[in-house]
Amino acid sequence: MSQVGTTIEHGSTRGTVARAKFASFIQRQGALIALLLVCVVAALRYERFLTDANLTNILRQNSWPGLVALGMTFVILTGGIDLSVGSLLAVAGVVAAYLSGQGLIVALLAGVGVATVLGLINGVVIAKARIQPFIVTLAMMIAARGLALVVTSEDSVPVSRQATDFAWLGQGSLATLYIPGINFDFPLYIPVLILIAAFVVGWVGLNHTRFGRHVFALGDNEEAARLMGLNVNRTTIGVYTLSGAMAGLAGVILASRQGTGQPTAGVGAELDAIAAVVVGGTLLTGGQGGVGSTLVGVLLLGVIYNLFNLEGTISSWWQWVLRGVFLLAVVIVQNRLSARK
Amino acid sequence: MMTNVPLLRMEGITKIFGGYKALDGVALTLERGEVHALVGENGAGKSTLIKIMTGAYGRDGGQMWLDGQSVNFRTPEDAQGAGVVAVYQEVNLLAYRTVAENIYLGREPRRFGFVNWKKMNADAREILERLGLNIDPRATLGSLNIALRQMVAIARGVSFNAKVVVLDEPTSSLTEHEVSILYDVVRRLKAEGVGVVYISHRFDELYTVCDRVTVLRDGRFVATRSLAGLEKIDLVCMMLGKRREELRQGTTAFRHIERRGDEAPLLRAENLTRGRKLNDVTIEAARGEIVGMAGLLGSGRTETARAIFGADRIERGEVYLEGKRLNLRTPGDAIDAGLAFLSEDRKAEGIIPELSVRENLTLAALPALSKMGIVNNARQREIVEKFMKRLGIKATSADQKIRELSGGNQQKVLLARWLCKNPKFLILDEPTRGIDIGAKGEIQALVGELAEAGLGVLMISSELEELVEGSSRVLVMRDGECVAELRGNQISQDSIIHAMAEGSAVQADQHVADDVSKQF
Repeated sequence: MSQVGTTIEHGSTRGTVARAKFASFIQRQGALIALLLVCVVAALRYERFLTDANLTNILRQNSWPGLVALGMTFVILTGGIDLSVGSLLAVAGVVAAYLSGQGLIVALLAGVGVATVLGLINGVVIAKARIQPFIVTLAMMIAARGLALVVTSEDSVPVSRQATDFAWLGQGSLATLYIPGINFDFPLYIPVLILIAAFVVGWVGLNHTRFGRHVFALGDNEEAARLMGLNVNRTTIGVYTLSGAMAGLAGVILASRQGTGQPTAGVGAELDAIAAVVVGGTLLTGGQGGVGSTLVGVLLLGVIYNLFNLEGTISSWWQWVLRGVFLLAVVIVQNRLSARK
Repeated sequence: MMTNVPLLRMEGITKIFGGYKALDGVALTLERGEVHALVGENGAGKSTLIKIMTGAYGRDGGQMWLDGQSVNFRTPEDAQGAGVVAVYQEVNLLAYRTVAENIYLGREPRRFGFVNWKKMNADAREILERLGLNIDPRATLGSLNIALRQMVAIARGVSFNAKVVVLDEPTSSLTEHEVSILYDVVRRLKAEGVGVVYISHRFDELYTVCDRVTVLRDGRFVATRSLAGLEKIDLVCMMLGKRREELRQGTTAFRHIERRGDEAPLLRAENLTRGRKLNDVTIEAARGEIVGMAGLLGSGRTETARAIFGADRIERGEVYLEGKRLNLRTPGDAIDAGLAFLSEDRKAEGIIPELSVRENLTLAALPALSKMGIVNNARQREIVEKFMKRLGIKATSADQKIRELSGGNQQKVLLARWLCKNPKFLILDEPTRGIDIGAKGEIQALVGELAEAGLGVLMISSELEELVEGSSRVLVMRDGECVAELRGNQISQDSIIHAMAEGSAVQADQHVADDVSKQF
């Protein structure tokens, strides 16, 4: 009798399983499909879209926001949020610009180091004092921004004239990739290479190290992770530290590219990063998503920006409205799909 | 040889939560290859004991030995490392991750610092096979049914080279077939010399898989006995803290007048079925009748109430009120039909501590007291005064915050909240739990009065005295079934206990007959 029971169970679930699989496929690959669609539309509508200059431009413009989004991915996968990245980015940029005369290595390490320490503070407070990440990182966002403004007396910090190696970080390129068939020149810009390298390392770290798996576990069910004997605090501290480091790296690259460390740099960067992570398909509640989908999210938002610019007639305020609507639509669709599972 | 040393020994374990002794000098001894049942009613301290055993809680007193070595686990990690693992009732696993990850989380096999997925999947498969389970380690946990998830949880426990595995109500969400898989797994563990602590409310299970039983009551150790040869009724007596001799003498006077049977029942619930929690339960209650419902924890008492009230989805069954079939999908439907349910958990489901007595009392009646969203204050005050007087609610004023009231008075406010909706049928789940003796009597008297006035009442209670004194009829639940219906002079603590333990009232009748003959 029990045999019969199990057979029936299997039979009735088959349809649901297929549907759930489809839903999960869309949730995982939906952003990629959207990206391809948007690219096709863009290529058909704007001649300038599929040019080497435009495509490299998209990559270059999104290299530093991409790094911030990468760090944010880890945080959001644990079910947390990091609102302080924009401010940490500014602090790192200012510090690096100050020290740019000391050479690239010093400036880079100092800038990234400061942001990493601030991220570590976020993590420690969240893990040990058990305060919601939203509040802790909001406080850090305000305080770090204030810090950047105070130490610079609200002025931008120019990069030292002699610091050619520092400028290389944000403006240089290794070589130019030439694709003969379509006659494209792709300069291999340093920030783009850093972005690609960071995502590769991030992907390996997330999928093939204990730390990465524990990030998923934490976002999946924190209580279960704790009962399974995971060091939840260590993982929590780790992701906020990583997010701080990524924001710092982004800040240094931005300062190098602009030739100044701006205390007001990166205002709103946290929102762009969160948007990219979510659009990519990582659940805001954590536990599901990944580094690859964030890269897709960054590119998707980047291409949409680019479309606005190519169109040229949409005022930047209307762009904001459209971006907001788009983000909301994506989250609603995601929610629907994960509810069906 | 260490064979004389018990696998795990706990002595004098004490745990204090804010001045309240949750455990007071509890002892437990587990042998190798033994399946040891741990039983007790609400508040007995079972969960606290296993949490101490597995490192989730620290202890405030007592000692613990594993293999003769004194141990003190500070974290679940510690305990796992030593081979003591718990598989909790709510399956605490990660739904989005694979089976293998769930088994090896925190101890993923690595190569060159990276997770070795191949080895992890192979190892997981091996452990699952050892337990006789055919589960793909690469499947996402969320895609498995609840029973298989539970098996994965056990596999995780075993993968720690576990010496002691604690199973906390492992079968509460399993079907019969799945339970047999679990039994099989437990027997394999036993054969390997693993000690299993088995917590369950189902007597059949305990007698099927367990060797010995330890009974706790109110945070204290009662006894450890071998299950072979232990009569179920003695086990129930230990759990409830009754002495058998005392029961026989203590049969109460038969002052209840049975309601007339020819009248159509006010409420009839038919064939309520929900998994293994409710199996074909049918109950009836007449106008003005107080139907008591007895049963041990997990016997299906509360589940019956929730099913009648539309709070849980049932697979089968119908509810009729005054002969009319109710279409109950939500508690809202039940309330509209005239049902009221005073739940067991006052704190979580009932009172809103920061609001006043007045606000708490009229919460459910607000729609009726309001016009276009504006509350009619005069009528509200009128109703509140009426009920405070009628139920004897003691508060400085209607505006006193409810959290400042005693438990008994809080309960009365909640009762009033339902009564001002004029229900036809009232379900009370443990109406006097945590209430002092005086207020207890008042509430019981109140329920009696309400019944006199024509209300039908279903009263669930763990307190046998309350059932015996307060009910016109007592239904006894056991393992999700209604196993006995006691009327008039059949109602006694003894007969109720017998039905709880044995699943029938036959023997109980015998006792009653004895008692009756003694009395006359």
